[in-house]
Formats: sequence, C-alpha cells, structure tokens
Amino acid sequence: MKHKAQILDKEGIRRALTRIAHEIIERNKGTDGLALIGIHRRGVPLAERLAAKIREIEGSTVPVGTLDITLYRDDLTTLAQQPLVHRTEVPFPVSDKKIVLVDDVIYTGRTIRSALDAIMDLGRPQVIQLAVLVDRGHRELPIRADYVGKNVPTSRREVVAVRLQETDGDERVLILEKD
Amino acid sequence: MNWKRKDLLGLQNLSAEEIKLILDTAVPMKEILGRAIKKVPALRGRTVVTLFYEPSTRTRTSFELAAKYLSADSVNISTATSSVVKGETLKDTARTLAAMGADVVILRHPMAGAPNLLARTIRAAVINAGDGAHEHPTQALLDMFTVREKKGELAGLNVAIIGDVLHSRVARSNIWGFTKMGARVRICGPATMIPPEIEATGVQVCTRIEEALDGADVVMMLRIQLERQQQGLFPSIREYARLFGLNRERLALARPGALVMHPGPMNRGVEISPEVADGINSVINEQVTNGVAVRMALLYLLGGGGIPDA
Repeated sequence: MKHKAQILDKEGIRRALTRIAHEIIERNKGTDGLALIGIHRRGVPLAERLAAKIREIEGSTVPVGTLDITLYRDDLTTLAQQPLVHRTEVPFPVSDKKIVLVDDVIYTGRTIRSALDAIMDLGRPQVIQLAVLVDRGHRELPIRADYVGKNVPTSRREVVAVRLQETDGDERVLILEKD
Repeated sequence: MNWKRKDLLGLQNLSAEEIKLILDTAVPMKEILGRAIKKVPALRGRTVVTLFYEPSTRTRTSFELAAKYLSADSVNISTATSSVVKGETLKDTARTLAAMGADVVILRHPMAGAPNLLARTIRAAVINAGDGAHEHPTQALLDMFTVREKKGELAGLNVAIIGDVLHSRVARSNIWGFTKMGARVRICGPATMIPPEIEATGVQVCTRIEEALDGADVVMMLRIQLERQQQGLFPSIREYARLFGLNRERLALARPGALVMHPGPMNRGVEISPEVADGINSVINEQVTNGVAVRMALLYLLGGGGIPDA
C-alpha cells in the first residue's frame, strides 16, 4: 500500500480528543449517568483516553467498557475464515445510561450498526451517542457520528490507517492507497 | 491462527494451536453466558442438528443451548423416535438431514469412527459428541477450559485421571488434549481397566491411587460404568470404592487447591465421596457451564464461515 498523506499527528490526535471530551461534557450537561464504550480494537484506548480527559476537566470518573462486535457482524456467514472473537467487558449496567460509543474510523456504518445491536442486548440505555476520531464518508446505513475528530473525504480505494501508541506503538493517522 | 477444518472428530489429530484457538474463543462465549440476555446473532439462519444414537442429557442439552445462544435453529433427533428404528442406516439418515439444509450435525454413536464416516459422507460440518470408547472431544475441551481458567495455564500441570480408562472416551480425549498442551498425565485404575500399551500416548500408569494423587494439580474421576459390572472387571463395587474411590483423606495427597473434576453423571459413594463431590476443590458444576461456552466456540468456528466442500 502506498503512503499518500498524514492527516493527524500526535498533537492533532490529542487536540481532537480534548475537543471531543469537552463536547461530550457540554452536550450531556456534565457526567451524570455517562459511560463510554470502546469498540474493539482501537476504540478501546480512545475511550480510555477520553475518560481520562473527562476526569481532568470535570474531576469525575466515567465508567469505560469494551465491546467486541464480531458475533454481530452481518457478513459472518459469507466470510471464508472466522474472525477471532475478543472479549466484551462492560462492567456496569447499561440500562438508563447515556452511552458514548467510541471508535477510530466511521466508514460504511456497518460496524456501528452491529455495536448498537450488541449494546441493546446488554440492556436499554437512555441514549447512545457516537464519537469517532475520523469520519471518512461512504456510509451504507443511515448512521452519523455525534462527535468527530476530523472529517476526511476519501475515495474507496484509499485506506485510513489509525495508529495508536497502545495498539501500534505509533501515534498518527495516515491515508494509504491500495496498489 | 485461523480455523481451517470442516469437522471436529477428535483431539488426537488436532494441533496444540487449534486447541488453544478453541479455548480462546470460548472465553468471550462464557461472557455471553453471564448476560441477562444470553443471545447473539452470530449463527442466525444456520441449522444445527443433534443426532444421538445413545442417551445423553448434558451433552445434547449443552449443544442445543449453545446453538440457541448463537441464534442458530436447532433440531434434536434421538434414534428412539426416528426412522433409525425402521432400519435406516446412519449414512441415509445423515443425507436426509443434509438435504433438509443442516449446516452442522452433532453425532453421538456407540460405534467408534461413526463421526469420521459421516464427515466423509455429507457437506455439513460434523462434531463428534462421543463415539464408542474412542473420543469425546468436547468434554475434554471443556475440561481443559475449566483447568486453564482456574490454573492459568495447562503446561506443567500434573493431571491424574482415575477410573475405568479402558471404556472411557472422555479419558482418551483428555489424554490427547492435556499431553498436547504440555501437561503431565497419570492414569490409574484396576489393571483390567487400563488399556494395553497406553504408555505410548505419553502417560504414566499408576497402580495405586495414592501414587496417582501425589502432587496432582488436577484430579479427574471417571464414572464407573455400572452397566459393565456384569463383565466382572473388578470384584465388587465396595472393593472398587475402597481401592479407587476419591475421599477427603486421599485428596489431601494432591497439591493444595487441586481441582476435582468429574464428567458426570456421578456415582456418589462409589468413585467419589459426596463430601469431595460437593467440596471446595470441586469444579464439577463449573464444568457443565463451561461446556456450553466451549460448544458455542466450536459451533461458531465450524458453523459460521464458508465451509469447504467435503
């Protein structure tokens, strides 16, 4: 794959997350009943970072869970190989909570649809909002993010590669092009 | 690694990596079992058939629940109420099921090798739920899952398997499985119930239960098959209980915190005393719960993706 452009560096990611943390607090008028759920894999460290920023700003701790949506994929039976199932850990009741779902990139919207199904199976939240680091367009379902780090118009030939310290030992967002 | 097999016929031919993949996949499945709504849509639209030529409560129910929790449609066929009583062959019964659209067939059969025959006959995935005295791979996998959950790792553990090893498919699968994962396995039972040349599988044979229990991390008791008592493989049940039964005094020879396991159904007071069966070392009930998680993992791995032609 060919390297095309860098759209966020370490500082850019930090600023985007700080802004999203402020927006989450503002829109929800504080942190009462708020909880974050990161979608495996890069949504998990992003959710943890957002929780840390919210704690810095508001002084209150917001619970964080992790969600694996493999078992909710709508393309499972058409895949030749089974994807590995990771652990879902939501150590708090989701019923009546204000849930902020966190992922690195929103693209077709199918991952988010699966995540919504997965959360509904755990309980009935008061509201579910969506925070993503990058929105690259090309939605196939009527889903949009409430909090976006950066909007990046892309072509379908391109790949948005989010690299985070926790998962990749690197910290930037790149656009790559398929050969 | 990825799962590449169409069927699960036994542990003898599985690699340590494949066993690890199944056990790892069972971990998130167990989380689902702890939820208020125990259901995920992973196998929606898939059909799972349990075909049991021998009676069973826990294995069949466990598979059925596993299929339901993954949203597959499940059908149970027991031979007493099927065309088997009219003389239909296993192959024909299976072909009928496959023609009706079964994606996974779970077979229990009194003849060793029956699942292998079935796997070659139909396109659907076949899971061996016990064939004769040959293998019972899902029981061994749930045993390994339970031990790994409690002890963290299987490699380096001392596992004692005690009882009627000769007739036990559970013992055979566990011997293959645990030795592949790096555990040391000892077996013990009356000499008439120890298969000849079993040492070739890498196990140590003990003639006295005290020797098998010494320093054991896991004590796996086997059901003494009372129906085989007629063959006179041991003099009396009382004598068996005295020589090979697990009680509190004998359990003290094992390592502190050793796990006591039993595949069920138990003969309380024969191979295991009630105080040990219900004691703090016993993980017998957890084995049953873990059985559902492990079977969910297998159905997911075998039943969800593209299944290659047989």
